[in-house]
Amino acid sequence: MSAITLERAVTPEGTVVVLVLDVPGEPVNTLGRPVADELAAALELARADATVAGVVLISGKADNFIAGADIREFTQVRTAAEAEALSRFGQEMIAAVEAFPKPVVVAIHGACLGGGCELALGCHWRVASDHPKTQIGLPEVQLGLIPGAGGCNRLPRLVGVRAALDIILAGKGERAAKALKVGLVDELVPRPILRETAVRAALRLAREGLPKRGAAGAGLAGAVLDRTGPGRRLVYRQAAAQVRRKTGGHYPAPLAALETVRVSLEQGLEAGYALERRTFGELAVGEVSRRLVEIFFASTALKKDDGVADPPADVPPVRTLGVVGAGFMGAGIAGTAALQARIPVRLRDTELARVGRGLRAAQGLLDERLRRRRLGRPEHARLVQLLSGGADLAGLAGADLVIEAVFEDLAVKRAVLAEVQGAAPPRAVFASNTSTIPIGRIAEGAPRPGRVLGMHFFSPVEKMPLLEVIPHAGTEPDAIVQAVRFGRALGKTVIVVADAPGFWVNRILTPYLNEAGLLLEEGAPIDLLDQVMTRYGFPVGPVTLLDEVGLDVGLKGGAVMHQAIGARLEPSGVVAKMVADGRLGRKNGRGFFTYADGKKEGVDASVYALLGVQPKPGTNAAMAEERLVMAMLNEAAHALGEGVVRSARDGDLGAVFGIGFPPFRGGPLRALDAIGAARAVETLQRLQAEHGARFAPAPALVAAAHDGRPLRD
Amino acid sequence: MPSPTAPRPGRRAAILAGVRTPFARSGTVFADVPAVALARHAARELLYRSGVDPAEVEQVLFGQVVPSVLVPNVAREVSLLPQFPPGIPAHALNRACASSGQTIADAADQIALGHADTVLAGGAESLSDIPILHSKRFSRLLVEASKAKTLGQRLALFAQVRPRDLIPVSPAISEPSTGETMGQSAEKMAKENGIAREAQDELALRSHQRAAAATADGRLTSEIAPWFGGKGMDEVVATDNGIRADTSLEALGKLRPVFDRRHGTVTAGNASPLTDGAAAVLLMAEEKAKALGHAPLAYVRSHAVAAVDPSWQLLMGPALAVPRALARAGIGWDDLGLVEIHEAFAAQVLSNAQAWASRAWAERLGLPGPVGEVDWARTNVLGGSIAIGHPFGATGARLVTTLAHEMRRRDVQFGLLSICAQGGMGFAMVLERA
Repeated sequence: MSAITLERAVTPEGTVVVLVLDVPGEPVNTLGRPVADELAAALELARADATVAGVVLISGKADNFIAGADIREFTQVRTAAEAEALSRFGQEMIAAVEAFPKPVVVAIHGACLGGGCELALGCHWRVASDHPKTQIGLPEVQLGLIPGAGGCNRLPRLVGVRAALDIILAGKGERAAKALKVGLVDELVPRPILRETAVRAALRLAREGLPKRGAAGAGLAGAVLDRTGPGRRLVYRQAAAQVRRKTGGHYPAPLAALETVRVSLEQGLEAGYALERRTFGELAVGEVSRRLVEIFFASTALKKDDGVADPPADVPPVRTLGVVGAGFMGAGIAGTAALQARIPVRLRDTELARVGRGLRAAQGLLDERLRRRRLGRPEHARLVQLLSGGADLAGLAGADLVIEAVFEDLAVKRAVLAEVQGAAPPRAVFASNTSTIPIGRIAEGAPRPGRVLGMHFFSPVEKMPLLEVIPHAGTEPDAIVQAVRFGRALGKTVIVVADAPGFWVNRILTPYLNEAGLLLEEGAPIDLLDQVMTRYGFPVGPVTLLDEVGLDVGLKGGAVMHQAIGARLEPSGVVAKMVADGRLGRKNGRGFFTYADGKKEGVDASVYALLGVQPKPGTNAAMAEERLVMAMLNEAAHALGEGVVRSARDGDLGAVFGIGFPPFRGGPLRALDAIGAARAVETLQRLQAEHGARFAPAPALVAAAHDGRPLRD
Repeated sequence: MPSPTAPRPGRRAAILAGVRTPFARSGTVFADVPAVALARHAARELLYRSGVDPAEVEQVLFGQVVPSVLVPNVAREVSLLPQFPPGIPAHALNRACASSGQTIADAADQIALGHADTVLAGGAESLSDIPILHSKRFSRLLVEASKAKTLGQRLALFAQVRPRDLIPVSPAISEPSTGETMGQSAEKMAKENGIAREAQDELALRSHQRAAAATADGRLTSEIAPWFGGKGMDEVVATDNGIRADTSLEALGKLRPVFDRRHGTVTAGNASPLTDGAAAVLLMAEEKAKALGHAPLAYVRSHAVAAVDPSWQLLMGPALAVPRALARAGIGWDDLGLVEIHEAFAAQVLSNAQAWASRAWAERLGLPGPVGEVDWARTNVLGGSIAIGHPFGATGARLVTTLAHEMRRRDVQFGLLSICAQGGMGFAMVLERA
């Protein structure tokens, strides 16, 4: 089966060939070599046929134009030269479209990303549907790459250097209206007349030639910044500074893209295309891109994984959600469900004023989207109506899924469970959002323990991308599937983890935060610990993280983990001393740092006296980093060996999306593989000798070192 | 008039549940809440409390007396709640203060006819959010200006505007046919029927006392869907705010008559206040309710409407409608275990009661004897509209809800409700035990 169908649009004004792209057997179109070859052949036919005035390129998929290049082709190349050849092939294919003697008009509906966007840039005229699903952009930097098929060269010439850098460096899709505004597309029309409009545009272009587009850069400031050398130099400098701030120097792609755009504009197209190819080639085989592409594929695979080996058929979707407990977490879950899953949510708490505050907070998430124009007014009004609440069980009785986010106390949770299962239909799933109580213990004695599981959200719910789903030994498989799919409907990356203390994320976090405490007790400066870990690639360091999570929460969690896992996770005395001093972290404005109006300021130097230490400025940063990192990595190996995660892939994704483990390192297990199991064992043995038994290498790691195989395959 | 023995046609409509917002004096807690929001709040809560699958609902009917110009069909906006499937037809109707009595009657008829199995019926009113109009002349100028082709023409039109044209027009609660306001009508009825000020104040006092007791013991508040007000949505309103537990005959007696300052007896204390609120009732065909395992509160037994000449005694409609409804139900006044009479004005309630008890009135209707004597121990036992409030469109659904719940509590076989309405109309409905 071919990917491109040729249709002839015959009109009184002339004939246009419509190329309908529909890659067989795939949910979305991607651009690979076979598709490119077909496109070239189709264009050749259109060129040779004198009756054809122009060409329209359109997708045959429901809500997708071209999602991008076929990334699988990138993963198969081994050398920079091979990758560069791939880029050259793309550049030449699109150059051929641009040089085509008859007008080529692209009709865009749905995702038009990466290579798809670059192809559109090579066409002579771009018509897009004004549908919300239409997204146009160049996400290559998200995969550690740069646009390699002419995008770095064509885009700045079309929309100006500032808009082009916005699009390339952010690496996200623009909505159609924004694309029109910056000049990325020429016409915006309702979807039903997209094809017809493109055909008419092709005939018009054939008749009248290409109209002169307004130069990029509106207004005086725009003209100076986009169209003068000194103006552009200022833009480059500012963009570079911003990129360095954001990437911490860990991600080479954005700076490389910036340099390519600069060379293209300042030294001309030939230099630009050459640098684009070379840069693409180097990046594509670099470790950072390899890790990011791997995460992309792992996430895509996880989206198709329902979390059980043999998912039962006919698991109904969650149509209504109940949330018990209208506090910060409950409200966050309710609001996210209304916003993302768009289903009715019933929020319940014992006190009506708490219900009201919870509804207000949940609605706040919708209001935020309205403010940022991610939601239109009518849609916002509709979604607000999804949220309701009360103090009784009304509304929970019809819910397919009820999530509790009440006080972290076994008896309270059991009482809620008994009450909810008394009212809800037998198939309803009950999920606990506990972070410290074993799910099996909550389910004990419940009317229907098989319908009980854990759904561990992270705070704030609407922002944190990870969800842990935790079945206990008796949870029925369809309940797991329902919870996993609902988590995905909320836009979360969902991993199914064992009902073990701390589940996955808190398990690997605990020794890491403990180690930070031990280092503080040895006199390591607070800011140094944060610095070494942000330099390693974490978004925040361990001490800031403690303040964010809440020191009381950390204290309680640490004690639970110590009791459950044993001496290895014995907490330092630091957090207990902080809490005893009334320091709860950001939430009460007193922690390791000082806060003013909710904004973090500097290190609170009085903490040292409280801990009874003198900060030692000469603390060895490399030593601190090694201890912090190895504490987490070793615990990940422990937990993997105990079967806490279903695969090393899940574990790595959980760490990346749950705690911001540096994506360019791929995750803790991938990081261990990068070190090498044998070397990691040696390092841990040395740390064990120097600092104690807690660093004894995990059995799974020792076994991997012994067998000479990686933890993740 | 149909014969009392005529068989009741069609399927029985069960009342599964009724819910309302708190009733609040206009300009208070719902000052910034449009009627459509109140209607949706009541309807959504009704859905949840009834446990009925929203996909079962086939029609939504809502009554509203003073609709917003922006939302002329409030019922459709209710049926477009995202809890419902989007394809539920809905219409709004206006039978003045009997509007939501009428939507419930129509729902029962649709069920009886087999046109629907499940209908959500209710009513809503915001007297805080009434349309304020421009004067006729100014409206005409605005329309012409919108059609003007040049700036000159437009300016010429606006030059004709005089200050008095800018005085806004707000709808008064008066009869279009007679120009008489509701209060003036009540005043007239008090005089013609010899209803004393003391009797009116006593009725008002009883209304407040009973409503206060039913609020305290939870019978009234159990009908109410709490409202989350205020910027933080944590100002919870779960009770009606017009009920005065501490009022007294003395306090009521001190109020000055409003509509006839010298010889009048109708005061703000013995009349129902301007109120915002909404109420809704879910009805289902008897067999369907049984099949789905829903326990009805009561069944609709009969209903009737009637009208008198507005220039006579405007609020006398119930005196005609009630005997009709009883006849259609095939029962007599003495079969009634509970009665709910809408209290627009104490003078109106007492005038209606006088007519029902009167032999002369019976003769006028061609009845063999008086309709019946009101027994206050069985009438308005949770208070009435004077205390609880009267959002025009919502009162009928409130009365059905209150009556159905109280019938169940007292295990009463038959209950009656009666509503007077603008235009000289009256509405009555008989409920029977489930």
